[in-house]
Amino acid sequence: MELTLWTYEGPPHVGAMRIAASMKGVHYVLHAPQGDTYADLLFTMIERRGERPPVTYTTFQARDLGGDTAELVKRHIKEAVERFEPKALLVGESCTAELIQDQPGSLAQGMGLNLPIVNLELPAYSKKENWGASETLYQLVRGLLKEKIASETKHLPSAWKTEGRRPRVNILGPSLLGFRCRDDVLEIQKLLGENGIDINIVAPLGATPADLIRVPNADINICLYPEIAESTCNWLERNFGIPFSRTVPIGVNATQNFLKEVRELLGMPVPNHEEEHLSRLTWYSKSVDSNYLTGKRVFIFGDGTHAIAAAKIAKEELGFEVVGLGTYSREMARPVRTAAKELGIEALITNNYLEVEAAMTEAAPELVLGTQMERHSAKRLGIPCAVISTPMHVQDVPARYSPQMGWEGANVIFDDWVHPLMMGLEEHLIGMFRHDFEFVDGHQSHLGHQGGLSNHEQKQSIEESQHNNDSDTSSDSLIWTSEGKAELAKVPFFVRGKVRRNTEKYARQAGCRNIDSETLLDAKAHFRK
Amino acid sequence: MSGVSLLKETGPREVFCGLTSIVWLHRRMPDAFFLVVGSRTCAHLIQSAAGVMIFAEPRFGTAILEERDLAGLADAHEELDRVVNDLLARRPEIRTLFLVGSCPSEVIKLDLARVAERLNGALKGRVRVLNYSGSGIETTFTQGEDGALKALIPLMPPTKETQLLLVGTLANAVEDRLTNLFKRIGIQKVFSFPPRQSTDLPAIGPGTKVLLTQPYLTETARALKDRGAEIIQAPFPLGVEGSQLWMEAAARSFKVKDSLVKETLEPLILRANKALIPYKNQLAGKRIFLLPESQIEIPLARFLQRECGMELVEVGTPYLNREMMQAELELLPNNTQIMEGQHVEKQLDRVRQQQPDLVVCGMGLANPLEAEGISTKWSIELVFSPIHGIDQAADLAELFSRPLHRHDLLNQKQLVHV
Repeated sequence: MELTLWTYEGPPHVGAMRIAASMKGVHYVLHAPQGDTYADLLFTMIERRGERPPVTYTTFQARDLGGDTAELVKRHIKEAVERFEPKALLVGESCTAELIQDQPGSLAQGMGLNLPIVNLELPAYSKKENWGASETLYQLVRGLLKEKIASETKHLPSAWKTEGRRPRVNILGPSLLGFRCRDDVLEIQKLLGENGIDINIVAPLGATPADLIRVPNADINICLYPEIAESTCNWLERNFGIPFSRTVPIGVNATQNFLKEVRELLGMPVPNHEEEHLSRLTWYSKSVDSNYLTGKRVFIFGDGTHAIAAAKIAKEELGFEVVGLGTYSREMARPVRTAAKELGIEALITNNYLEVEAAMTEAAPELVLGTQMERHSAKRLGIPCAVISTPMHVQDVPARYSPQMGWEGANVIFDDWVHPLMMGLEEHLIGMFRHDFEFVDGHQSHLGHQGGLSNHEQKQSIEESQHNNDSDTSSDSLIWTSEGKAELAKVPFFVRGKVRRNTEKYARQAGCRNIDSETLLDAKAHFRK
Repeated sequence: MSGVSLLKETGPREVFCGLTSIVWLHRRMPDAFFLVVGSRTCAHLIQSAAGVMIFAEPRFGTAILEERDLAGLADAHEELDRVVNDLLARRPEIRTLFLVGSCPSEVIKLDLARVAERLNGALKGRVRVLNYSGSGIETTFTQGEDGALKALIPLMPPTKETQLLLVGTLANAVEDRLTNLFKRIGIQKVFSFPPRQSTDLPAIGPGTKVLLTQPYLTETARALKDRGAEIIQAPFPLGVEGSQLWMEAAARSFKVKDSLVKETLEPLILRANKALIPYKNQLAGKRIFLLPESQIEIPLARFLQRECGMELVEVGTPYLNREMMQAELELLPNNTQIMEGQHVEKQLDRVRQQQPDLVVCGMGLANPLEAEGISTKWSIELVFSPIHGIDQAADLAELFSRPLHRHDLLNQKQLVHV
């Protein structure tokens, strides 16, 4: 039993709903009690969908349990098939129905219906939403293609050369309630098109069951979101010999590596000079205005794909220092741990947002990249934040085009991450100039009631408590002389925390206990080289 | 009973389960914690329904059952003890802990009453542990409050004194206003249940007269009756008329002089009716279709028809308790179509066929209907907003006129440049 006050992921059948709702011509009959229909609002409210997800819930009640629930299931299946006329039917159960063991999938298969039926077994007491989405896509693809396995001849990813056509690929993974999937798909289609590569199908977003049957016509698969599509890509590779790309094109470097990997898999010529690219991120990051971004301490938490990508961009493309990296996704724990190790930190793998908040407080970052929950935690701590990952919130479905992937995605990321910091700097300036007569008291910032002065004070108190913790835990209690303190006070406070940390680090190394103005200057000189 | 048509249908339903009422109950009693014993679905449901992301630590949570809890119930009991002890250690301010049963806990027959009893023994009164079911197999949406209140009743001290007890969660400001009005007509001892502090429970006994503020408290009313209280029959305090009849019923029961009641309420009624006029102008003649969800559909329909002049196409209700609704049903026009239960697909077919001006429905259905050009009002907003009493009648009407007003604004012809 696990005490949960808030959860990053829903149950696995919500993942199955994401696949069904992403596609056309698929219907999902879900054996579930009254109340489980809440999940519809994830699509209709959060994603503002103008149509209901294609799900029929059996909505059984206690009085049905005494009778024949199997009949109830069959009645709903029959009605759903007659009413919605799907081209493929998913049948499964939510947590409660799993306990009753009506086997709705087998019931459906015994009804003599003339359409493909996929029996979904998604263990609700051990698995979560992303796993459920991944398993559903895999079962659906497998169910529709398993009879074609034997008839396939050996797959040649470079067959396009002899067939006199452009290479073509499948884009697998984008789904509803996935972070910016809607726009990522457009961006990647554009990117591939510009590089002479055609799209065979995109799935699950916008695909029909007939599209899935055409999957083997592609030369390679592109696994855009491993959380959703990796198991399907693996199965297609094993059974049809279709290789797949593993690089997720988020960030300039990753987009370049992605193009290189795709070309190599397709047997296309790979230019040996650095890929020319169309993103402004690189130049914006080089421009003099970005100097103040140098070494910003950033804390990252999210799903696996976006967290890892964010860590790479932060370090390699923006010159930040990654002070925390983690994920709520157990399935992605291994790659996240590897990425963290490369950065010299330890990964945080947890589904408990309070643990994430504690780690965030401990790391004292200057920027948080996280989910909507980290945005709330960061707001409480007065730290600027940008959202980089699901779980989805209505704010994560903007009206404008704003992908995360490809060249435009890198532009969007630069803006989304740097703008909160710009305003972060503004916050400091407000504090700095607050004694000037021009300053209007009560200036409101984007942090609302926490902004402005109180934010500055709160931030200082965080730094101070952090500082106190530091000195409590270290045996060599350092003493700031009043002169040292006065000198420290002259340092603009937006770098004061860093100066204090560096000075104390230097003092420990140099073995001096009293910190005065000279120590401060020594430390400054020491860290300059 | 009047000539309403009582119909019934079964099929797929689109309603919340009783767990959803935790969303307002935990706000009413800030010293209580609601621990759902259930699955990840339960946790996800509550946070999705409430849009909860704003709390440092909310006063509700879920003890999520895992595979090994299902394997052996004995272990599940131990596990639950551990979770509760951890929680109480973390949150020493909690005075009352509600263990809330869910669909999975009901199906595996996890006996939460026994767990509560054992924990009460161990905690020795430091925290009171209660249990009720909010499971979807047994309750819909607002019925969760019925269960929670019923669980509190055994803890209410006995009394023989004559007093008025308002039963059902009200917004604090509305509660103050109503209490004050009762005092003005000479009913001095007015208490509320649930109280604002879970430990500050009102007393109950033969002298207690109960006035229900919400129509979904069937079990609570029955249990209060068992403690000797008298339930005052009245329509529910929605709209000017309903609130007036509701207060007058109490006044009669306390033998308050008619003239005093009239004197007190008349200026309020005049003012409220005046405030209603602009909304009435907007709503009169418009056709409304209420889908079942909150259980307050019937009193709302009565208000919208009688005071706002709306035409009732169909009034859905998750379940119908005729005794509880009798006074309301009598006020509805002949041939009003009251539909108990739901077949959501067939009901939506009727919505499309009838093309009403406004549909009251759950959040899962609102945008799809809007996309078809049909204006909607979320029923969940009606349980979160202060809508009770004569003074709130115009605010209540405004909730229904806003979507229509917006529809008009967005469908105006473009401004012509002169």
